[in-house]
Amino acid sequence: MPKHVRLALQAAGILLAIVAIAVVPSVIELFALMQLTLFAAMAVLALSLAFIWGFGGILSFGQTAFFGLGGYAYAIAAVNFQDSTPAILLAIAVPALFAAILGYFIFFGRISDVYLGVITLTVTLILFNSVNSTSGDAYKIGKALLGGFNGMPAVPTFNVPFDPSTVLSPEQSWWTTAGVLLAVFLMLRLLLALPAGRVIVAVRENEVRASLLGYDPRLVKCLTFILGGAIAGLAGALYVNWGAFVSPTIFSLSLSAEIIIWITVGGLGTLLGPIIGCVVIEYIVAYIGSQQLLNSNLVLGGVLVIFVLLLPKGIVPTARDLVLRLMPQNKPKTNGPPVQSAAAPHPAGAE
Amino acid sequence: MADLVPLLKAEHLTMRFGGVVANDDITFTLQEMELRCLIGPNGAGKSTFFKTLTGQLVPTSGTIAFRGMPIAGKASHEIARMGIGIKTQVPNVFNGLSVRENIWMAVRRKATPRQQGPAVDAVLQMIRLTDYADSIVATLSHGQRQWVEIGMVLAAEPELILLDEPAAGMTDEETFHTAAIIREINQTRAIVVVEHDMEFIKQIAKRVTVFHQGRVLVEDTVDKVLADSRVRDVYLGKKVAA
Repeated sequence: MPKHVRLALQAAGILLAIVAIAVVPSVIELFALMQLTLFAAMAVLALSLAFIWGFGGILSFGQTAFFGLGGYAYAIAAVNFQDSTPAILLAIAVPALFAAILGYFIFFGRISDVYLGVITLTVTLILFNSVNSTSGDAYKIGKALLGGFNGMPAVPTFNVPFDPSTVLSPEQSWWTTAGVLLAVFLMLRLLLALPAGRVIVAVRENEVRASLLGYDPRLVKCLTFILGGAIAGLAGALYVNWGAFVSPTIFSLSLSAEIIIWITVGGLGTLLGPIIGCVVIEYIVAYIGSQQLLNSNLVLGGVLVIFVLLLPKGIVPTARDLVLRLMPQNKPKTNGPPVQSAAAPHPAGAE
Repeated sequence: MADLVPLLKAEHLTMRFGGVVANDDITFTLQEMELRCLIGPNGAGKSTFFKTLTGQLVPTSGTIAFRGMPIAGKASHEIARMGIGIKTQVPNVFNGLSVRENIWMAVRRKATPRQQGPAVDAVLQMIRLTDYADSIVATLSHGQRQWVEIGMVLAAEPELILLDEPAAGMTDEETFHTAAIIREINQTRAIVVVEHDMEFIKQIAKRVTVFHQGRVLVEDTVDKVLADSRVRDVYLGKKVAA
């Protein structure tokens, strides 16, 4: 596919997404809109792991640690300030700082991939248990009562920036959440097209080679991890805004595992795939939850098994391969670096 | 002035892995612009020596100086930034990226954005992979991937180039081409080559260092080394009274 055709297709896709986000509230019911808002918030969480796992090669089993920290940071700040503007910023900054500290020890301590999984999983459990045991009036941050297992009810939802009296309507909340999803998606796409993003992918491909060329893989992975934490924290704020409520289950391991399933189903190494995987899986889970016939965890497990066996690459890469195979000139799509190509025309079948 | 300080000087370098002594009290000096071959049977400690030079291993004891600056124990990326490039024995390439991206990764550390395109194209031409520029490296043959790695090392423009078995898995014609490239880059840079192929050594070598059981056995001109009875014995597996 020539470069300008690809760019035009991408621009058309973005335009389509913007239009869809804008008109959705006028064509569907409020309940469905609320559900879509939740899916969009979860999709931002999916993007955070899609980025660090699919492009940074960091498989975190505890992405919900940052999601939960973001949610709690937002809730505590929103209760105290009664304004969502600084709360949202804190929901990004607190998990990012936590990811920086955790990432420093993991990556600069040269801990192997397996232990990275164990550590992130353990951190999630520690956070869950810590927040879980904060019942009682003693556990207060400013005016915010942490509430232990019962969580924090009636958290102020998003308002117009710096105007706490104007709270967003469900429609405006949808536009905000879906808009954030699109913005995070585009930001990550842009980052991955820039030299910095190519370095992240190169470190995933071969850490030894990257360091022998003078790149510091520890630093690159740490920064990738921090960005992933910040995005997960933002997703946490969106999630709390959706329900006006936060409880320790936000740190749950089952949600951590679910993110991995979204990405496996949607397609590891893509950004669009995990969004699709997240929405499809969450829709199925919600649908099954509304009737009593099947256990949703059973279906989720079944879906995962089917995908790993039949579509190991996931939905989006499989669809992309299919489209490319059906095209007349079947040249594999490569994400070339932004360098000028003065090379001779590529002979057909050279790969 | 530069002639007084050798480009690379390793002194009393020892690398132990538990009870195994991979490098035993090695002292090795390389001058600017020199082309040196390292030979020795399997397990002689050649690759370990390269790994300590590039920070992949921290030597148990001893010092390494690059233009007088100590580098033993520094991280790989710091040593790479100082100007040492290495092609490792087992090809280390970015398998999931295209050939062009692989080379570009090495080029962009030094070149300005405007220089990068032409610099990548020049390297692609030199390693004769221009036609494969957009192919994913994983799909290439072993020999071609060797070329990609050599290309990356050249593209980074290091002051000292270490090549660990550059001709492994190449056809005679490709080996000949490799020798030509090595002679060409030696016009401006120092190179150390580890190789088993004696024909290849004869094509390029001036001075040769022979490693045996972690120690330097002989160091001399190529003709004298190849005529040395101890070297032959080492390669034939006989006991050596060194």
